[in-house]
Amino acid sequence: METRSKKKSIVINIMIHVALLFLAVICLAPIALVLINSFKTNTEIVANPLSLPTILHLENYIGAWETGNFTVGFLNSIKLTGCTVIIVLITSSLAGYVLSGKRIKGSGTILMYFMMAMTVPIQLFLFPLYYAYAKMNLIGNIPATSVILAALYMPLAVFLMRTYFLNVPKELEESARMDGAGTAQVIWHIMRPVVSPGLITVAILVGLQSWNEYLISSTFLQGQKKFTATLGFLAMQGSFGSDMGIMMAAAFILIGPIILFFVCTQRYFVDGMVSGAIKG
Amino acid sequence: MKKKRLNYNYLLIAPALMISACIILIPGIMTVVYSFTDWNGLSPNVNFIGFRNFIELFHDKIFYKAIQNNLIWTVLFLTIPVCIGMLAAMLLLTRKKTRSIYQVAFLIPYVLAPSVNAMLWMNVIFSPVAGIISVIRKIGFDLGSPLANMKTAIYGCAAVDIWHYWSYLTVIYLAALRQTPTDQVEAARLDGCNGWQLFRYIYLPNIMSTVTLMFVMITIGSFLAFDYVKLMTGGGPAHATEVLGTYAYSFAFGSMKVGKAAAVGLFISFFGLIASFIYTRISKKEEIQ
Repeated sequence: METRSKKKSIVINIMIHVALLFLAVICLAPIALVLINSFKTNTEIVANPLSLPTILHLENYIGAWETGNFTVGFLNSIKLTGCTVIIVLITSSLAGYVLSGKRIKGSGTILMYFMMAMTVPIQLFLFPLYYAYAKMNLIGNIPATSVILAALYMPLAVFLMRTYFLNVPKELEESARMDGAGTAQVIWHIMRPVVSPGLITVAILVGLQSWNEYLISSTFLQGQKKFTATLGFLAMQGSFGSDMGIMMAAAFILIGPIILFFVCTQRYFVDGMVSGAIKG
Repeated sequence: MKKKRLNYNYLLIAPALMISACIILIPGIMTVVYSFTDWNGLSPNVNFIGFRNFIELFHDKIFYKAIQNNLIWTVLFLTIPVCIGMLAAMLLLTRKKTRSIYQVAFLIPYVLAPSVNAMLWMNVIFSPVAGIISVIRKIGFDLGSPLANMKTAIYGCAAVDIWHYWSYLTVIYLAALRQTPTDQVEAARLDGCNGWQLFRYIYLPNIMSTVTLMFVMITIGSFLAFDYVKLMTGGGPAHATEVLGTYAYSFAFGSMKVGKAAAVGLFISFFGLIASFIYTRISKKEEIQ
């Protein structure tokens, strides 16, 4: 009897792993194909996209880096992402502090407003904003574009930061106040060390989102010199789309760093994702 | 100094509110105003034309096609990723050691940029020259080019977005499932519940609020669908994959009818607003609990 149920549980275990492995293969196979094909010439790819490379054609990567204008692209992406993250971190941590507990009148209304802002479609504000930016000559201006992204990602960040501030023991703040600390001192010396995991989570989530963003950046960053890495890659598809080897190498130049970044930061990433969607 | 402490707090929240107001609230209100005008984005004279933008839209076949595609998108997303996501979450729940490895593997498509994912699928899977499609044709099944076919193009776009999105649901469901009280699970196990019964009667009721929340979020998201359609087909062939998001975009930046684009944008927001009202109510209820 006992050996039988043991056998049964082993079979079930294997079945679960097979199912999970199947899903993992679906997720990763297209990316693996990109990696394999990035080392092959165009003719090899057209002959058989599934074959392994015979010689590693590293010149694909050199060609892709040059035609994709990735030196400029990565610098612009870093600028855009950096500006967005800094703006979101400052505004959302300050707002999160104020909105934790009842520090001001109307905090309920403000929370409600941010909740609505979180789900509002981009098309509700995109068109007037675009023509206003055009009038102020801000099209192609990376910091100005990062303000839009910051406004987009701020509501979620405010809620995340608010939860972290709510978890700071009240006694901590009270005793500091008794000792005569002002609001600035309370935030910098008492709150900041306690909520710094929250700041890291917000920075990672917002950083990845603004790095990947397409609709806003493709609309507001026009002109080759202002292209982010992904926009440069998209421009390649038009002019260089016929050489698959170079296209695959360019794709992997974009994929590789993100996968590396994600694997390193996945703890924070998953925590942030989950606490954005589940209360408690 | 101490009397003014309250003012400090208003000062601290001001930057967040100001950015949000300038980028989202004020342009949002302007969109409402523009939807009643014939503004083209450039000319200084703007005429109020009442409801004409809306009336024209309701006589526009492509507009209905776009709504239909958004509804197809919603139905696809409420079924396929929800089922796969839930199944994967239940399976991961039984794994203790390998859970995080699988989770990372699943999440990789989710963390890649939509523009990269779209190009990746177009070149590696859907390309009739160098994609998996070409391999299948060599074996003897000619699937044609899914994105160039008017009937299948919308499903092609949705497939890529689903591939990108489902693991997000897995992570959310898994986190919710793990909050199920263990004594309930143990008791049900002792009573001889099988896997399905355990899910149906113990886990599902416990995570129902998360499931509902995700339903609302998916519905909102489906009416906002833009990236993958714009990147892979641009709404074509012959408007076959047009969704409200791309249709509004082409009005604003293709045919310079900003007034009409605003009207479509307002229409999308209307759906979003209903869903976000429900969302706000659900999360408020949860906060009270």
